[in-house]
Amino acid sequence: MTRLHLKDFWRYSKQQMEKRNEQRVLVCGGPGCLARGSQAVYEALLDASGRVGGTGTVVEHAAHMVGCHGLCDQGPLVIIEPQGTFYTHVNPEMAPRIYHETLRGGRVVEDFLYSSGTGRRIARYADIPFYQRQQKIALRNVGAVDPEDINDYVALGGYRAAAKALEDLSPEDVIGWVKDSQLRGRGGAGFPTGRKWEVCAQAPGENRYVIANGDEGDPGAFMDRTIMEGDPHSLLEGMIIGAYAVGASEGFIYVREEYPLAVERLKGAIGQAESLGLLGDDILGIPGFCFNLSVRRGGGAFVCGEATALINSLEGRLGEPRGSYVVPAVRGYNQQPTALNNVETFCVVPEIINKGPAWFAAIGSEASRGTKTFSLVGRAVHIGLIEVPMGMSLREIIYDVGGGIEDGRTFKAVQTGGPSGGCLSAEYLDLPVDFDALEEAGSMMGSGGLIVMDETTCMVDVARYFLAFLRDESCGQCVPCREGLFQLTAIFDRIVSGEGQESDLAAVEELAVAMQEGSLCGLGQSASNPVLSTLRHFRGEYTAHIREKCCPAGVCRALTAYVIDVEKCRACGRCLEVCPAQCIAVSQGVYTIDREACTRCGACSAACPFAAISREGCVQ
Amino acid sequence: MKELTELRSIVDKYGENPEYILEALHDIQSRYRHVPEPALDIIAERMKVKKSRVFSLVSFYKALSFEPQGEKNIRVCMGTACHLKGASQVKEEIEAVLDVAAGETTADGRYSLHEVNCVGACSMAPVVIIGDSYEGQATRDRVRTLLDNDGSEEESR
Repeated sequence: MTRLHLKDFWRYSKQQMEKRNEQRVLVCGGPGCLARGSQAVYEALLDASGRVGGTGTVVEHAAHMVGCHGLCDQGPLVIIEPQGTFYTHVNPEMAPRIYHETLRGGRVVEDFLYSSGTGRRIARYADIPFYQRQQKIALRNVGAVDPEDINDYVALGGYRAAAKALEDLSPEDVIGWVKDSQLRGRGGAGFPTGRKWEVCAQAPGENRYVIANGDEGDPGAFMDRTIMEGDPHSLLEGMIIGAYAVGASEGFIYVREEYPLAVERLKGAIGQAESLGLLGDDILGIPGFCFNLSVRRGGGAFVCGEATALINSLEGRLGEPRGSYVVPAVRGYNQQPTALNNVETFCVVPEIINKGPAWFAAIGSEASRGTKTFSLVGRAVHIGLIEVPMGMSLREIIYDVGGGIEDGRTFKAVQTGGPSGGCLSAEYLDLPVDFDALEEAGSMMGSGGLIVMDETTCMVDVARYFLAFLRDESCGQCVPCREGLFQLTAIFDRIVSGEGQESDLAAVEELAVAMQEGSLCGLGQSASNPVLSTLRHFRGEYTAHIREKCCPAGVCRALTAYVIDVEKCRACGRCLEVCPAQCIAVSQGVYTIDREACTRCGACSAACPFAAISREGCVQ
Repeated sequence: MKELTELRSIVDKYGENPEYILEALHDIQSRYRHVPEPALDIIAERMKVKKSRVFSLVSFYKALSFEPQGEKNIRVCMGTACHLKGASQVKEEIEAVLDVAAGETTADGRYSLHEVNCVGACSMAPVVIIGDSYEGQATRDRVRTLLDNDGSEEESR
């Protein structure tokens, strides 16, 4: 390929957009679908077609493995465009019928379609409630574009925003547009992106840098991973525009070490963009605009998601946060002005350039414009990746998009913002999801994990889970975070094992506040949020653990017991075989568990064919 | 000697810039399944940094280890969704079957057991990854069967 000049680019872009194959078969290659075997489905589709024309061609139709389409619980997914036919739970045996009946015959295979809760079959994904309420900006191409082919990205209108910015806008204009769009950083804190870029552009320095934070460490969050794996060029395009705006000639994408596919895809994308003249020297033939981009792997440290820790790690140092007296936009990487933004933030920028700041600012709520991606996980019916306008209520997200709570159980809480966020109870279901409303309620937006919990979740256990997570991940540099988390975890370990004392809650609150006030970085300051928010909204559950020595949700092992329901028990003896503690006694055909000897491993309950053994909380 | 030459050639790829210590260590870790002691000296010398700095990086980052890792990694996802759906019980079962604690390697060097924080496959929680293969909706029984078969499969080869 030759490096394109602006004029050539517009011609090439037009060609690709016209050439785009009408009929496309898309096999979802998101993390969920891949884990469920979608690669084999893709191979089977190629086999069914006789593999004419080598890989990637299902006879006359283009077949692509694409990024996450979103509805992970229904995977593996196969989508046929432009009709939008949506096949769920696809296995390789279904491939011949998809090929012969749908692709060749033009008929929809009813049996393979999505089935709603009422059993109604829905042919097109756009008609499924899960998709109907969504609006995709950051995820606009994810699940539609072939992530390994720059031509496919360009065919979807890719790199037109970068070309437009370079051709028509000055760097100041770009910053002005991003400011006018009121885009706030998608990594968690919600700092206005345009303002950050302006500070970076104006700060004195010899070199400037652009860095994308792809160190997505929040458990239960996979938005950035999905973008980097599913649409790497949109991140590149956003970063090119960012580099142009702030005057950077070098940039990095810092990717979590656990995401090897993202690293591979990004490196491939960078190579393709370089050969087309979209990265490197004199980009699109514009003399003097040079931008070199490289990918760096993290080392498996949660704290490196913090901006200054990330920069330290990038410089080959320990990933310890720096004091936040000087922001990276003024003095960041190599002590130079650095625009460090989240992956999602960069991905939104090309659309702002394409459609204008007013378009973006018209979406969302008053102080939080645009859309936000979330990974909706936990106990919701539909689990997956979503993008909705800011300001949508938690209820709409969980019930309309997510389809409510699985197995007909009751909603108990939703956890937002990862380990730095908090848990919100049912009374907050009508809260609009935006940066400020969540923070006022004692949680935060974070990077976008939404973990839905039902009555089988113990909130004390959840708080303990996050504490233990953060204790293990604390960099150990400052005392309030390091020791605070250690002490809090110790107290929580006591509470969940039935040895909590009345005075514990006051001690917990005191420690939590001390950590908020005394920690060096944002992670330490917010580390006690899960504790404080569960204490605020679920205090009764704490007192049940401490006073009554009871776990109402039946989760905390020491406070629960396995009980055999004599009505359901068929005396098959399966539980006797599996019990490692040999604590099940049989007397005249009646099975009972010796609570003293029981280790609550759950083996009997898992083995029982009649679901007669259950774990119960509050058993005295 | 061969190891030293090989280590040098890995480190040489990155030149003198100490920014690349972590990248060099990643390459070394994936080649040897741990960071051998001589690597510290080689990096320190080549990138003109103190050996203690290289040491501290290996001890700080979870992806790196001084202890050799097993031939196959077993990763139990401990992300929030998996936690809610019983990842701890699954982990305990694996610990019992392999007779190791999370973070350790079996005596025969075949498996290393790791807890990981969210692999992004929350729709199939709880998730266990044995080698490269994902097991969704993992249960005690299922992981026990898998590990039993994993062993016999390789022995029969």
